[in-house]
Amino acid sequence: MQTRQPLVESPNGALELSNEEIARYSRHLIMPEVALEGQKQLKAAKVLTVGTGGLGSPLALYLAAAGIGTIGIVDFDVVDESNLQRQIIHGTSDVGRPKVESAHDKIKDINPNVEVRVHEEALTSENALEIIEDYDVIVDGTDNFPTRYLVNDACVLLNKPNVYGSIFRFEGQASVFYAEEGPCYRCLYPEPPPPGLVPSCAEGGVLGILPGAIGTIQATETAKLILGIGEPLIGRLLLYDALNMRFREMKLRKDPNCPVCGENPTVTDLIDYQEFCGIPQAESAEQVNGVPEISVNELKQKLDHGEEINVLDVREPHEYEVANIGVRLIPLGELPQRLAELDQDEYFVVHCKTGSRSAKAVKLLQDAGFQNVYNVKGGITAWSEEIDPSVPKY
Amino acid sequence: MPKVKIPTPLRQYTGGNTEVEVGGATAGEALENLASEHPDLKQHLYTGDGKLRSFVNVYKDDEDIRYLEGQDTEVTDGDEISIIPSIAGGRCR
Repeated sequence: MQTRQPLVESPNGALELSNEEIARYSRHLIMPEVALEGQKQLKAAKVLTVGTGGLGSPLALYLAAAGIGTIGIVDFDVVDESNLQRQIIHGTSDVGRPKVESAHDKIKDINPNVEVRVHEEALTSENALEIIEDYDVIVDGTDNFPTRYLVNDACVLLNKPNVYGSIFRFEGQASVFYAEEGPCYRCLYPEPPPPGLVPSCAEGGVLGILPGAIGTIQATETAKLILGIGEPLIGRLLLYDALNMRFREMKLRKDPNCPVCGENPTVTDLIDYQEFCGIPQAESAEQVNGVPEISVNELKQKLDHGEEINVLDVREPHEYEVANIGVRLIPLGELPQRLAELDQDEYFVVHCKTGSRSAKAVKLLQDAGFQNVYNVKGGITAWSEEIDPSVPKY
Repeated sequence: MPKVKIPTPLRQYTGGNTEVEVGGATAGEALENLASEHPDLKQHLYTGDGKLRSFVNVYKDDEDIRYLEGQDTEVTDGDEISIIPSIAGGRCR
């Protein structure tokens, strides 16, 4: 039954379950794979979930219900309406609250026996080792590359298992990175993609239900590691394709040349992960460099004064359908083929959702010889926030 | 002909196809043929000097070609080549 060393030793008599807990965990206690001893192991365990978003929500809810004794939650964000489609630990009435507060309350409601440790901060190279050190298992539910590499490296340095999950559109990945027994995230992906190749809003998005599938796989792996039962996802990458409803599994190997867990590691302390991932200090500065901008207020004034301006929307038609300001739509991908429709001598202002795709469009138009092209700073989102709230924000 | 499985982030460059059949006797040839059929894919698979990008992993069936013969890994009819890029989340910018 026990196929491996449990991560958390049985506390035996050092920890007792109350009658309330025994009733609560009945369905665990009647299974020999968990039983009283296993339930005590779960209670003795300390699990850190990095992020209380799409993956962190189902994770934390299930871990709490299953009786993990201590759950740490790290997040610096506040609940936004756009989170509710998938981040099921937060409710409509939580919008505007810090995510860790909302998650804390929900966990306590599900299971008041859980000790919730709140870390209302971003995980950084400065605090990661100190935070992670106290936990037995780290579960990565983040949404960005710098934090993923940070979590990985900190876990390797502290010899902690890192239960990995990642989602995109209809597709998910899960694995357990545990350098002591197998590969780490860097063995799989030594380097992150350059920021320019990170998906734009035209390619982003996630099916709200998808993190439920991946987050519960992460929670399952966490419980198995603690109990020392079954076969963990160490050395295997599980791929989930929700659209075709298919699971596949790839073999992962430990890279002997891995810079952090290999034979001669070169990364022996945490580094600057923003820099490692090529993200300039000022967010999106690299996109905007050299691209002339116009604010939504300036644009409004110019339009009100009746200036001759061609406003161009370079988003996708399905986004236009959600919200538009009644201007001409040429999706960024079609722009190179449709330049002939535009008069280079005229004045152009280009917008997208937040300003990143339109910056590319401005660059493209400039390269094609357009002289007067400006990028709308903050895109239609800024327009909705500052000029016309009747335009929905998505 | 081997089949190449296209992951979600790259499907926009293959006309939405999830699977593409390409010619080629090795994994490297198959990928090159894929990139020449779908030129927009190229910059996502290869660096400027023609090397496979390090955040793009290529598998023959369930094995990483890095641990087989790399791009020289032989592929035959019915072999499944998968491109597995790193993904971080659905957030966009």
